[in-house]
Amino acid sequence: MTAPSLPEGLVAVVKRDCETCQMIAPVLAELAEQTSLTVFSQDDPAFPEGLTVTDDRDLSVSWHHEIETVPSLIRVGVAGEEARTVGWSIEQWRALTGIDQLAADLGLPEQRPGCGSMSVDPDLVDSLRVRFSGSTLRARRLDLAEAEDEFEYMHRMGWSDGLPLVPPTAERVLAMLEGTSRPPDEVVAIVPPDLNQATVEKIAISAVMAGCLPEHLPWVITAVEAVCNDEFNMHGLLATTMPVGPVIVCSGPGTARIGMNPGVNALGQGNRASLSIGRALQLLVRNLGGGRPGGVDRATHGNPGKLSFCFAEHPGAFGSLASSRSDLDESTDAITVFAGEGPRCIVDQLSRSPESLAETLAENLRVMHHHKLALAFDAILVLGPEHVRVFTEGGWDRPRIIAELESRLQLPYPDIVRGAGGIAEGIPDGLGLESLPKFSPGGLMLAHAGGGAGLFSMLIAGWVNGDSGSRPVTRAVQY
Amino acid sequence: MSSKVLLDPTSESAPAERQRIARPANLDGLTVGLLDISKPRGDVFLDRLSEHLERRGATVRRYRKPTFAKPAPVDLRHEIAGQCHVVIEALAD
Repeated sequence: MTAPSLPEGLVAVVKRDCETCQMIAPVLAELAEQTSLTVFSQDDPAFPEGLTVTDDRDLSVSWHHEIETVPSLIRVGVAGEEARTVGWSIEQWRALTGIDQLAADLGLPEQRPGCGSMSVDPDLVDSLRVRFSGSTLRARRLDLAEAEDEFEYMHRMGWSDGLPLVPPTAERVLAMLEGTSRPPDEVVAIVPPDLNQATVEKIAISAVMAGCLPEHLPWVITAVEAVCNDEFNMHGLLATTMPVGPVIVCSGPGTARIGMNPGVNALGQGNRASLSIGRALQLLVRNLGGGRPGGVDRATHGNPGKLSFCFAEHPGAFGSLASSRSDLDESTDAITVFAGEGPRCIVDQLSRSPESLAETLAENLRVMHHHKLALAFDAILVLGPEHVRVFTEGGWDRPRIIAELESRLQLPYPDIVRGAGGIAEGIPDGLGLESLPKFSPGGLMLAHAGGGAGLFSMLIAGWVNGDSGSRPVTRAVQY
Repeated sequence: MSSKVLLDPTSESAPAERQRIARPANLDGLTVGLLDISKPRGDVFLDRLSEHLERRGATVRRYRKPTFAKPAPVDLRHEIAGQCHVVIEALAD
């Protein structure tokens, strides 16, 4: 719908259901006598009495000219709006109109706040957005029969990951799009396996279905960008028989603003932001990309994290995973995506020296996927706060911890060749090596999350790394 | 807020309407429903169909709409869907 233009002169927007508007009705009468005044009424074209009033009960003028408060008084010139004041202030109204004696004999107070405009009424705003901005949406509209249950319909259409979805109505999708400054038709990524274009609108639809709030949308969009490229290789991640999915590690002050929880139960249930952001990404891959279990997704077992696996890191002296892998500083909201399986716990409740704790962690990392396999898989080690404390009190920072772990993770070659220990699995024989590192350079990553009590860390084992598999990707969140 | 018009989350490469299931290759061992819509002599037509189908090894079940002037009641549709693999709807005038 084209935005209606405002007539030249003075424009007032009022509603009867506002005491301030009723109080200043005589002022509007004064202005109508002395100037060119157009009055728009939001709820009753017979108000104010005695004036020629333009009906704005459909709120199109109020919506398009972003009226947030009534009364609003606007001075409009040839080129459009020149000045605006909201509520009642005798000083501001006189300044705006240029009439020094305005309301001189009316006995009105110096000022009085206005009321909320009906065009921003929370009960109306979603439907107004559809009426006035709905034409920006391009997705196909699917009409359901009157008696059709929309929740069962979405299951039948194959959109669901197994859990109920929020119906993606135009109202909800437009409200979701308020969470980003990016236009709905912007193509963010090409989503495998079917290589379909993910517009901001399609991502917003997934975000609605997943249960996101608008403030979660920029994180979802950034996650989509981060996984849909050759480096991360979302197609391979889907197609593999290994039980991996995209793990999203979030950092920066924005994680707290959107209510993410880096503390107690950080990797678990109960946090809307974490779960819905991770789920929105997977729903997009499912529905827009066409990546479904039994289709291109050939996982032997899968893991529950393929519904959603997204968590936030603790801010602080230990630094963030994103800043350790990029030139982004910790004040930047960022995500790192990693091709990972479900997390498992590493227990060490007795180590109080960094050396002892490093031995524990190294011994557990050594057996990741198979104790005779080296270099093929990356990992994220999520250190709990109590384990981080053991390291920081011992003076070890993030690079030191990684270096110490790597030095303990050299696997003697004779022990890991095929057939050694009576186990067929292993590294090819005959390479003439002394040892191989468990992890390739940069392949062992640290994150910091979890509750304040518990001497535990969590290991998230990865999929095939490097050119033949997936590399982690870190990106700043684009608002 | 109306939930009855939804925005399509897919690539929109498939038709939006629900697709018919594939036709069976033959009727061996299948249950065939014959729906009489209550038009005159529709039953005569369906009686003959029933004979032919049973000779071919199909199990036949008969159903009848209360009136041809209205859609089949929801319960009847559910009954047919739950009891039959195939349905033949007869129109005769």
